[in-house]
Amino acid sequence: MLRAAAAADQLAILALARADSLPAFASDGVLSSSEVFSQQLVTGLSNGMIIALIAIGYTMVYGIVELINFAHGDLCMLGAFFALTAVGAFALEGAGGAGGTAGLVALLLATAAFCGALNWSINRLAYRPLRSASKLSLLVSAIGASFVLVNLGLFWGGLPMEVFAGGTSAAAPKAFPALVEPKPAFTVGDVIVSRPDVLVLAVTVPLMLALTWLVRFTKLGKAMRAVAQNPTAASLMGIDVERVIGATFFIGGALGGFATVVYSIYNQTVGFQMGYRMGMDAFIAAVLGGIGNLPGAVLGGLVIGVVRAMSDGYVEARWTNAIVFGLLILILVFRPSGLLGAKLREKV
Amino acid sequence: MLRKTASALAACAISALLIAAAPSAPAATGSAAPPSLTIVSSLPRTGSANSQTTSIVNGIKMAIEERGGKIGEFEIRYEDMDDASPQKGNWDQNIEAANANKAAKDPTCVGYIGTYNSGAAKIAMPILNKAGLVMVSPGNTYPGLTKPGAGEANEPKIYRPSGTISYFRVVPTDDIQGAVACEFCAKDLGSKKAFILHDRELYGKGIADVFKKSAPGMGIEVAGFEGIDPKASNYRSLVTKIRSTGADVVFYGGTTQTNAAQILKDLRSGGCKVPFVTPDGTFENAYIEAAGKDAMAPESGSVYITFGGLPSEQLTGRGAEFVERYKKKHGEVPEAYAVYGYEACKVLLDAIDRAATKNDRAAVLAAVAATKDFQGALGTWSFDANGDTTNRLMSINTVKDGKFAFVKAAGGGTGQAK
Repeated sequence: MLRAAAAADQLAILALARADSLPAFASDGVLSSSEVFSQQLVTGLSNGMIIALIAIGYTMVYGIVELINFAHGDLCMLGAFFALTAVGAFALEGAGGAGGTAGLVALLLATAAFCGALNWSINRLAYRPLRSASKLSLLVSAIGASFVLVNLGLFWGGLPMEVFAGGTSAAAPKAFPALVEPKPAFTVGDVIVSRPDVLVLAVTVPLMLALTWLVRFTKLGKAMRAVAQNPTAASLMGIDVERVIGATFFIGGALGGFATVVYSIYNQTVGFQMGYRMGMDAFIAAVLGGIGNLPGAVLGGLVIGVVRAMSDGYVEARWTNAIVFGLLILILVFRPSGLLGAKLREKV
Repeated sequence: MLRKTASALAACAISALLIAAAPSAPAATGSAAPPSLTIVSSLPRTGSANSQTTSIVNGIKMAIEERGGKIGEFEIRYEDMDDASPQKGNWDQNIEAANANKAAKDPTCVGYIGTYNSGAAKIAMPILNKAGLVMVSPGNTYPGLTKPGAGEANEPKIYRPSGTISYFRVVPTDDIQGAVACEFCAKDLGSKKAFILHDRELYGKGIADVFKKSAPGMGIEVAGFEGIDPKASNYRSLVTKIRSTGADVVFYGGTTQTNAAQILKDLRSGGCKVPFVTPDGTFENAYIEAAGKDAMAPESGSVYITFGGLPSEQLTGRGAEFVERYKKKHGEVPEAYAVYGYEACKVLLDAIDRAATKNDRAAVLAAVAATKDFQGALGTWSFDANGDTTNRLMSINTVKDGKFAFVKAAGGGTGQAK
């Protein structure tokens, strides 16, 4: 806060200095302290919503099979490579107007289907055979799956396509075209709400509402809740437990697919190592909100996003990870089941 | 946590495999075969530095070919070692240590060209120093490796356990580069207020520290000095902070691998169009590719990259001849570091030639240390008492139409004297 006040004091001097010596750079305004706060909030919420969408994939899977699916972040990474490949193959970049919007929607749906199918397959191959084994075996299997995916990403980035810079350096970060241009959608004073910010909102909120509807009001949702509560009892009631688990993996993966397209457009970068950070942030969000709890994951994601932004803005970027994990420890000490976690069950 | 441990384990396993897979040191040459000397290079061949290191290796090979692969009765053999692991996509300390140990144990080895990363040099230097093996780096720019007082208190002593200097470099150090960048911001860009970022790594922080130290003398106020998280998904909140200070230039001490392109993209997306200046850790095509064309477009704001030398196209004299030959042989303009690989190998071969006993490491080391008024591709230069080149040639570059474009030479000495 002191910092912000000091910055405000210097504004007048700066304005003068800029006016006479730096006409070339005068296009962007200097923010006042309240504008800084609002801008950080916008950034935090946008990042938070993306984290939340990924966190749902963690928390859904945990809720139903009590597995921390460590491969989830890397699944999203592969989704980003899939999306970038599609952008290159169908020349989605630069297709403006209605065609561009249709392309973007198609890209979102295709990537979601890809990630959903991939997550379903991982469950089928790596987790289902271990259903009756100890939870630890399942966890190790998830870590293994994560490694396989990372290396697939490394291989994928080396494909000789123009979007991968001809595949010359597989490990280098790749530029993801700005399908939604990073231009201001609208500004309040000097606070910029960019078009990608709007995209994040336009994709995540309907998805979260749809998911809530699915879990609360459909037959599948009811079955999912039943399996989460007690798989044995659910199967005795005639629910095909494995089919419900498969569907959960598909939905969680698909949400990750949506998230990864939004993430890639927002950050304009994809790389084979991005899954680690995506997964880690989302995992913390899921735990913070109460793992297994859907609204909790969303709340956790938003909290992480905003705390990160505020810490970068008002403390110092190098303390941000320490602050986020410190917060996690504090919350787990005082509320062991997370912010919205209902009760503490025996878990992995 | 589990994942971290697991990835560390995997890295160990991979490095173990690499060590096992590498061919063992050649046995003593038979009486029939001509006596041979080995020169090795240890560079990150896997990962995004690959295009730079490929051209360095090409430069080294060309220097050896020029001598017909022979010095006196000795045949010169060359081994191209990789110090990177696919898991990190960057140099790996376990692999660098293994490379240095392997070279130290090979009795025919008389020269070690490397490393590319200053952090890797810290690992290799003490190992090679104990073995009395001379090391010539084509890429390390961290001052503390050679200059007393420029780095940590115990540097560079800890890299010289034997007490003699066995490490040399053909590139000017960061303290010169950071100061040159600062001078360019003040004089050419007219900056009054700089926001300085660094990646908290040896190279990046070192160069940012020098920039910060030089700023007041150049009339630049330091609006902020921050270490970033090089793995963050974006830096939007940092951009807001930068905008709030009203800084008129952003300097990032970092590399392509530590997310320089992401910072640039977030600056531009966040509505901050001030010039973005980075050191030569971003002077590679991977930086342009990672940033994409929108962030590098002229209307988005200007981008400058300092480089501790001249880009290949701007070289004159012997340097230009090298570039011509390289183009003929490989069909492309060499990346910026190629000529440093060439120069490092040339100075080493020259020293072997001058050494009284060519297969004696101590004699070769003494000959390298005695290098004076060497007429190479970078002009006429010498090694000073610390093992640094006396060449101070630098350049400021920008990006135009997806390619690096030379702006101006900087840093005083032309390096092309005589």
